[in-house]
Formats: sequence, structure tokens, C-alpha cells
Amino acid sequence: MAAPFRAGRPALILHSQCIKFAAKGTEVGASVAEPVTAESLRERVDGFLAGHDPAGDRLEFLRARFDAGLAWVHYPVGLGGLGAPRVLQPVVDQRFAAAGAPDNSPRRIGIGLGMAAPTILRHGTAAQRERFLRPLWTAEEVWCQLFSEPGAGSDLAGVATRAVRDGDGWLVDGQKVWTSMAHQARWGILLARTDPAAPKHAGLTYFLCDMHAPGVEVRPLRQATGEAEFNEVFLSGVRLGDELRLGAVGEGWAVARTTLMNERVAIGGAALPREGGMIGVLARTWRRRPELRSPALHDEVLRLWVRAEALRLTGIRLRQQLAAGEPGPEGSAMKLAFAALTQQISGTEVELLGAEGLRHDHWRADRPEELDLIGRGPTYRWLRAKGNSIEGGTSEVLRSIVAERVLGLPAEPRQDTGVAWKDLPR
Amino acid sequence: MTLDLRYTEEQEQLRDSVRAMLADHAGWARVLEVAESPEPDDADLWRLLSVETGLAALAVPEHLGGAGATLAETAVVLEELGRAAAPVPYLGTAVAAQLLLHLGESDLLRELAGGGIVALALPFDVGPAGQRLPDVEVSTAADGSPLLNGTISGVADALRATVLIVPAGGALFAVDAEAPGLRRTAVVSLDETRPLCDLAMWNAPARLLAAGDRAASALDSALVAGAVLLASEQLGLAQWCLDTTVEHLRTRYQFGRPVGSFQALKHRLADLWVELVQARAVARYAAAAVAQGDPDARLAASLAQAHNGPLAVRAAEECVQMHGGIGFTWEHPAHLYLKRAKSASVAYGTAPHHRAALAALADLAPA
Ligand SMILES: Cc1cc2nc3c(=O)[nH]c(=O)nc-3n(C[C@H](O)[C@H](O)[C@H](O)COP(=O)(O)OP(=O)(O)OC[C@H]3O[C@@H](n4cnc5c(N)ncnc54)[C@H](O)[C@@H]3O)c2cc1C
Repeated sequence: MAAPFRAGRPALILHSQCIKFAAKGTEVGASVAEPVTAESLRERVDGFLAGHDPAGDRLEFLRARFDAGLAWVHYPVGLGGLGAPRVLQPVVDQRFAAAGAPDNSPRRIGIGLGMAAPTILRHGTAAQRERFLRPLWTAEEVWCQLFSEPGAGSDLAGVATRAVRDGDGWLVDGQKVWTSMAHQARWGILLARTDPAAPKHAGLTYFLCDMHAPGVEVRPLRQATGEAEFNEVFLSGVRLGDELRLGAVGEGWAVARTTLMNERVAIGGAALPREGGMIGVLARTWRRRPELRSPALHDEVLRLWVRAEALRLTGIRLRQQLAAGEPGPEGSAMKLAFAALTQQISGTEVELLGAEGLRHDHWRADRPEELDLIGRGPTYRWLRAKGNSIEGGTSEVLRSIVAERVLGLPAEPRQDTGVAWKDLPR
Repeated sequence: MTLDLRYTEEQEQLRDSVRAMLADHAGWARVLEVAESPEPDDADLWRLLSVETGLAALAVPEHLGGAGATLAETAVVLEELGRAAAPVPYLGTAVAAQLLLHLGESDLLRELAGGGIVALALPFDVGPAGQRLPDVEVSTAADGSPLLNGTISGVADALRATVLIVPAGGALFAVDAEAPGLRRTAVVSLDETRPLCDLAMWNAPARLLAAGDRAASALDSALVAGAVLLASEQLGLAQWCLDTTVEHLRTRYQFGRPVGSFQALKHRLADLWVELVQARAVARYAAAAVAQGDPDARLAASLAQAHNGPLAVRAAEECVQMHGGIGFTWEHPAHLYLKRAKSASVAYGTAPHHRAALAALADLAPA
């Protein structure tokens, strides 16, 4: 039976608990190490700024910021953080931005920040965390993701790139494809097969690949936009020391799943103000160009505005829930909705502009330095958005993941488990 | 703006209690029984929600007999009522409470906290997005007191109301439900869990509550609250539809496998879940914005209706479709949710009305 409210009216329940919570908060604060609050973080940043000139040497500043635990506050002390709730990060970022401090060019190092770092933090040895996280965060070392192969995209666990024991290290041979930003990268997160006789998920091992090692060849791969943001990466007899193995031999799939969960959050989950994303471009064009308007397009713009704002609020709520923990399945919801939305917004923008919307800036095979989904013109935005439902897990694959892992619907019958990887049809 | 969009621990407890109570008192069979009966709602359940637990007056201050909570808590109760498709005049009463709070009408608030039903006498489709109000004329009795004349059709949650609040001539009036010259006629409604009625007034004696700007802003705040609270009810309804459909697809076998293992269905439900995750964020944002008097509340209300209204309809439609023949059967609950969702999508302004309102609020002028 329901708790009888008359016995302790809802108001009383509500109020008495508020009081209890408040009291608990103060007790904890008094007895245990000082909790990190927004206020104490602001003070820390101000203290840091007093001793470090934001206009001085950029790299020195960023390294010092990392060492002061003000890089990513939810990371552990000693690894650029303070073990503080993740929600407090904006407090720090805003304070530094307001002081005109240099940032770590987050768009250039998205793969490192969003995928490599959380994976190294979770599965790395103390030495690996120590070695890699600082230069990753300061953008001294750019990372790329060596997962997909010509024969293994959605079916990532089917990768064929082989890693074979070689004395105290490993020899890696294979081909990766669609590797974003490999041309900028110093390191790559690499999924390779160490046991072809095991079922496919069991025979994988995860490595940190030195992109400067002999045998690593990066070739530009042009995409529909004309530029070559991604690459083919050929690995021929690449020698990696065993200290570059992340997680146990044969445990590569579990490690890769940490990467994938974080990737989906990274792609769909940036914190933006209202109209901060692609919808802002469309809304501004609508406002600036009354001669382009029509009633039907008006409703279309409003529908998209509603969806964009709903998604933005969802991201805010997700981030509030995330507080300190790991990303949950809602990251997949964000990614799915984000891909569909950017595709439709950019499509509507082209239509709104009419023939003017068909002018493309150039088809040069540029090698972009950073990922920018909205930086160029409407046709670029429309084309680049097509990649959003493919990269980081296709929307079809994500729907299946949501259906099975979130909703608990039964898996489809499959033929590829319990069979040695080498014996699978391909 | 840093509104917290999560549920507080107290709100989760509130939800658990309401859900358990509704499981006992508003099971599907009972809901259908009430919907089929000549009674406009479930008087026993209403007694439980109002007199016995005080849930119907959550937002009324404690010194007037209420619980002194906020609209954010009321919204949690509505999620659960939506989940149960419970036939009680809760939404309308919460909207009236918001109006009375705005006006500081202590006596009527006290009546409401004591289990009375107060209804805002407007067609169910009138919301904060600028629809026309019905024409009700105000004249004066010999003793100088106001008399109302006119008809208002399609009013929800009013059949058992003890007091009606009638907007007329730019002012707000209270009319006793037993007043001479007032007639309520039940309408055979699409959604019999929340039936509508038509009101006719011939020289119905009324009491002036407020006029001018004060009346306009009270009415506006009530309609904003209506749109916001309804969004939470729609969220609860959609969640029930998704949960029930998932459960059915897990256990229904065709072609030698659970139908829920077919990708065509899985992907549609995954898409629905993606929309639902967003509906929750939107509903929580709107409830928090109103509860805290945030200047964004109006926009949040229209956003919530523009998103959650169509979502609830889609969830109910998918529920019917994915249940197959049983989903189209009177003895299965799906049709009640379908009807309630459609009826709710019109209530307090349709999605197109709210998009039009957003055009002004978000500075996206029409062609
Ligand atoms: C812009 C961009 C950047 C990228 N960057 C990187 C990167 O940096 N590193 C990296 O490793 N990879 C990267 N990728 C590769 C990307 O992860 C893969 O393309 C993606 O996982 C899909 O694999 P695939 O291309 O082999 O398509 P396939 O797996 O062959 O899929 C073909 C079609 O079949 C569908 N499909 C496949 N399996 C199923 C199923 N079980 N059920 C239903 N439908 C299914 C897919 O959704 C798709 O529509 C990038 C891709 C793009 C477009």
C-alpha cells in the first residue's frame, strides 16, 4: 500500500528531508577533506591565475594548469583533476576563458579527450596514465582511433589486424580505414587480433600505437566533402613494446567498449548555449533574410528549433546526471538524435537559400587541422552531417544497442558467436 | 540559467508512493469501468488523492491546508496519473490552483485543499499560445452584483467541480456550480477518462475575482501551468506505452521467435525511447522554470507542448500497432491511452499553436 500522506503530509516529508540533507552536508564538510564546490574552484582558478600569466607561454600555462588539477576536475588528483564532480568543469573553463587564458584547442584533440583519455584512465596502468594523459590534455600529442577496417566497420569485433608476440613486445600488421585526423596524430588507440582461433570477441587486445613507429603509413582518404579529414592507415611490421598494451591480452573488447561509450557522448554531447549549434546558423539566416521566408519553411524551421532545444536540454540533464560517473546508455540517445537533427537542419538551410544554397566554396582536398562540423558553407554542413550517422557507430547499429541494452528487447539470432574468428564466413 | 533537471530524492519517493497507490486503486479494469460508467470520474480515487493524502493540493501553502510544495512536485504526480490514465480531475484542479495562488484567493484555495474541485471554465484547447477566449457577457443584477451570460463548450475536469472560474469581459469571475442559471451538459468525449462538458449560463450570479492586468496575468500563469503540467502527464503516458509495448514484444512469439527480436520493431522502439529521453528533459525544464519563476517559463511551456504532445500520440499509436489485433480490442488498455493522448495533444494548445508562439518567443518571425 502507498505511504499514507496524511500521516506525514507530503510537505512535511519534503521539508524535513531538505533539512536533513542540509545538516548532513555540513557535517561531512566539517569532518572529511574539504569538498570541492563551485566557489572553492573559482578561488583555486583565481589563485592559479595570480601565479601564472595567461598571456605567457601557452604550453607552459597549460602544463601548469594540468599539474594544478584544473584540467579536467573529475579526474583523480595527480592526473589533471581534483576528483571533483564532473558537473563543475564549466565553472573552471568559464573562469579561464574569462581571464583570456589559452585553451587546449579541444576541437583538434576531440578523439584524445573524448575517447583515448577515459579509456586510459579506466584501463591503463599507473605508468600509462602518468605518461599519456598530460600531453594528451595539453594537445602536445594528438590521438586518433585505429578501429575500423575495410572488413570490419559496424562489426568492429571482427577486425583482422594482427598483433603477434615478438620477444618482449608485439608485431602489428594490418590496415585501418576512415581514420579521422591520423595525419595529425602522435598516438592511436588500436584494436588488434591476438588470437584468431578464439571466438571473435575473445581474441582481441587493445594497444596504444606509436604513429611515428617504423611501418606506420598514413595515406589521405578523400570524403564526400572533398577534403581528406580521414585516412587509410597501413600497419606493416609495426613493433610496439608490451608497455603499450592497454588491458590484458584477450580483453580488448571490454576496453574498446569503454571507448565506444565515451565516443557517443563525445559526438552528441557538447555543452552549448541556446542556438549554440547548427540550429543557430539556420535561425540567424532566417532572421537576416526575410526575403527567403515562406510559411511552410517557417513551420519547418520552428519544428527544427524545437527539436534542437529539446536535445540541448537533454544534454544538460544528462550532464547533470553524469555528475562523476561513467556515461550511461543515454549517450546513444544523444548521438542518434544529434545525427538526424544536423542532417535535417543543414538540409533545410540549403532549401531556404535556394539556388544560392547550391554554391559550394571549393572541392579542394584539404587536410583539416581540426574537426569542424559547421565552419564552412551550407553545402559543406549538409554533406558533413551525412557522416554523423555513420561515424562512431551507425544509427542502425545504435538503435539495435538501445533496443537490446536499454529496452531489454531480445537479441537477433546470430551466427558469429561461439565460432573461431578465423572460421567465420567473410 | 542553471535549473536542475533531475528528480530530487523526495520527488522519487513521491512518485513511488503515488505509483503504488494507483496500482491498488486505478488498475486498468477500474479505469475502464469508470470510463464506461455515467460517472464523469472516479470519485473514490479523487477522495484518496485529495481528502486522504492531500496530493491534490500539493502546491497550496500549508497555512491554507495544502502541502506547500511546488509545481515541480505536482508534475511528478501527473506523470504517474498519465501512466495510469487515471480518471480524476487532477490536472484541471492544479491549473485552477495556480490561478488562485496568483490571485491570493485564500478561501477558494482552502476549499480546494479540503477536496473541492475548482475548474477554469475554458474550452480544453485554450492554452497560453494566444487562442481566442469564448464570448461571455457580463451584466449587472439589481443589487449591483455581476451576472454572466453565454456558453463555453468543451471544458475538461468541470463536471463535478464545486466552483467554476469564468473569464469574461477581460475579468475573472467565480461561479458556484449550484448557481441558478448555470447548466453543465456532459459531452460524449473521445477521451472518456477525462470527459468534457458544455457550460451554459443565463444570468448566472458570479463573484468578481480580478479584472484588468491582474486577471490577465493570473489567467496567463494558469494556462502556462496547464501546458507545463500536461507535458508531464504526456510523458508518463508515453512511458507506459513504451514499457507495455516492450513487455508485449518480449513475450509474444511469431515465426518461432519473440517478435521483439525483429529489427523493424526494435528500431522503431529505440527511436521512440530517444524521443522519450528528450521529453523528460523538456518536461523537467518546464516544471522547474515555472516552479522557480524563471523568465524562460513561457518559452519552456510552449517547447514542452510542441515536443511532448505529438510524442505521446506517437507512443500510443505505436503501442496499438505493435500489439496487433489485441491492441485494437476494447478489453485491452491501449485504446484508452490512444484516446487520452490525442485528446491531450489538443489540450492547452496544439503543437502548431505552440510552435507559432515560439516564433514570437524565439524571435523567428513568420514569412
Ligand atoms: C566521417 C567519418 C569518420 C570516421 N572516423 C573514424 C575513426 O576516426 N576511426 C575509426 O576507427 N573509424 C572511423 N569511421 C568509420 C566508422 O566507424 C564506420 O564507417 C562505421 O562504424 C560503419 O562501418 P562500415 O563503414 O564498415 O559500414 P557497414 O558496417 O558495412 O554498414 C553498412 C550499412 O549496413 C548497416 N548495418 C551494418 N550492420 C547492421 C546490423 N547489424 N543491423 C542493421 N544494419 C546494419 C549500417 O548501419 C550501414 O547502413 C569514420 C567514418 C566516417 C563516416
